[in-house]
Amino acid sequence: MARELTYRDALREALREEMYRDERVFLMGEDIGAYGGSYAVTRGFLQEFGPERVRDTPIAELGIVGLGIGAAIGGLRPVVELMTINFSLLAMDQIVNHLAKIYYMFNGQFTAPVVVRTVEGFGQLAATHSQFFENYFAYVPGLRVVAPAVPKDAKGFLKAAIRGNDPVIFIEHSLIYRNRGEVPDGEDFVLPLEGAEVRREGRDVTIVSWLRGYYLALGAAEELAREGIECEIIDLRVLRPLDIETIVRSVQKTNRLVIVEEGWKSYGVGAEIAAAVQERAIDYLDAPIMRVASVEVPMPYARNLERLVVPNKDKVVEAVREVLYQRTLVPVAR
Amino acid sequence: MTSTVDGQLPGVALTKSELLEMYRLMVLIRRFEEVAAEQYALGKIAGFLHLYIGEEAVAVGAIRAMDPEDHLVTHYRDHGYALALGLDPRRCMAELFGKATGLVGGRGGSMHFADASKHFWGGYAIVAGLLPIAAGLGLASKYLNQRRVAVAIFGDGATNNGAFHEALNFASLWKLPVLFLCENNQYGMGTAVTHASAVREMYRKACAYDIPAEQVDGQDVLAVYEVTKRALEHCRNGNGPYFIEALTYRYRGHSMADPETYRSKEEVEEWRRQRDPIVLFRQKLLSHNVATEEELAALNQAVEEAVAEAVRFAEESPEPDPETLTQYVYADPITVH
Repeated sequence: MARELTYRDALREALREEMYRDERVFLMGEDIGAYGGSYAVTRGFLQEFGPERVRDTPIAELGIVGLGIGAAIGGLRPVVELMTINFSLLAMDQIVNHLAKIYYMFNGQFTAPVVVRTVEGFGQLAATHSQFFENYFAYVPGLRVVAPAVPKDAKGFLKAAIRGNDPVIFIEHSLIYRNRGEVPDGEDFVLPLEGAEVRREGRDVTIVSWLRGYYLALGAAEELAREGIECEIIDLRVLRPLDIETIVRSVQKTNRLVIVEEGWKSYGVGAEIAAAVQERAIDYLDAPIMRVASVEVPMPYARNLERLVVPNKDKVVEAVREVLYQRTLVPVAR
Repeated sequence: MTSTVDGQLPGVALTKSELLEMYRLMVLIRRFEEVAAEQYALGKIAGFLHLYIGEEAVAVGAIRAMDPEDHLVTHYRDHGYALALGLDPRRCMAELFGKATGLVGGRGGSMHFADASKHFWGGYAIVAGLLPIAAGLGLASKYLNQRRVAVAIFGDGATNNGAFHEALNFASLWKLPVLFLCENNQYGMGTAVTHASAVREMYRKACAYDIPAEQVDGQDVLAVYEVTKRALEHCRNGNGPYFIEALTYRYRGHSMADPETYRSKEEVEEWRRQRDPIVLFRQKLLSHNVATEEELAALNQAVEEAVAEAVRFAEESPEPDPETLTQYVYADPITVH
């Protein structure tokens, strides 16, 4: 059986169930308690679980993650929240130099199973509050980096991350919290923290994306289907470990690949996917791999300028036409 | 407390065997480090090698005061702490040699000793990075209603870093059982404290976070022991964190690559002559008839043999198996490619 839930409620269910299941699970982050969480994911949790388990912290991201690491080594199951991914830069030393390395560097003697929840997105928030940094984390061996697009994955991944023994960077998106989708019943619904998924089958072109990009791809696919162009859509779901085989299998069928990402194109996740695909399937490609990504500027505040920066459905449609060698109908901002 | 019986020191609640064990550990650390420097010169040890010579009293005094269940995290100058905890010198030396039998299988080297069975959660090599981790260990202890204290070892240099201030604030705000033990050895790498810190006494920084703090002579192993014991009780009894600044000095350079252009030979000699922790402790043990010259000489001899054996063991141990290269990146299985 399954019910329809919002992405936000799927996250809330995962956290609540795991907190009831295991007393070692606790939450720590800025404004997650009395304020209820800046995206309301933990609203009411302070009242339900008390201040020992729902800990409002000072605005000190490095400390938040560092305390999470120590708490995990000390036997707890911390779920720490970094209010937005922009602030994760302040915690980068703890995440990269310690969290990702403790298991390996100390020869497997102990792990630091911290779940770091954070969120990216945009919405006229200007240059420092509208960034996409999943590639920063996906670069680092030792981290698992998940980016669920649908409520089912949000719940199944979060529960698995809390139960697992590896550090997990859990990336949400501020513009999809209200998206709805089916979520299986049962407190033991968990998903492995790996694997991309083909969510729509098609013969003409493969579109890979994640988080909000996945919804842009869906929209583009629906529009193109009206013209008889069949897109195969892969929701990447997990950035590390990267499931390149699923993408390669699809490209071997469609012979064309478009990658949709919200970050800047240079040195991004899309670059990694494109490189990995050509290593394995260059003979199958009938067109250059296209990337739809953000324009490489610091994000401007003004609504019209911001709209020019980020990917949208039209840009995805245009990229698909390009790999199909169709005439360009809509100019792509570069 | 008796003060005149042979085998005891006035006002010190340690037995003769405990005192002699402390002496032995200090000598062990000294000789281990000296021999490590020789092995470095011979090319048997590479990379960074940060020696603890001159600071032995801090590690030995502090570890002696700790309970076996207490947590320990340290900076990268960590050999002394490992040895003071009683870890096998052979496995310590093997780690420096990058051998499979090393404390962490040759994966960490000098800066990343660890032994989970002793709750020694590692040497950390990013200055101040260990401090939030220590606070987190304190949080776990409190959350789980344990009576364990998390002991954080760091240098004067760390106190100028943001992680230090975040950790102290967290620890005090949440009344976490964390002992912050700062080894002020006067230099952060090659920069004197006076050039790096607006406040010359490190312990005064703790008052910004309402953490009780004091300074101790880090060359006096018994003084370090006493203050650490008291501080640990404070933390253990639910009173929150405590801060100790141990004034000490490292005789050798920051690492083996250090040209030591930033201090005079006379300054180093002065500390060696006047403030050597082993000489001072030895004098105390002899003058109070705790031990005889012969007993101490026998301990020195045993240490010589243990260190020689450590080198032999390290030399003869196998290198890590290349097959293990990608082991321990993830604890849970990965099946996608």
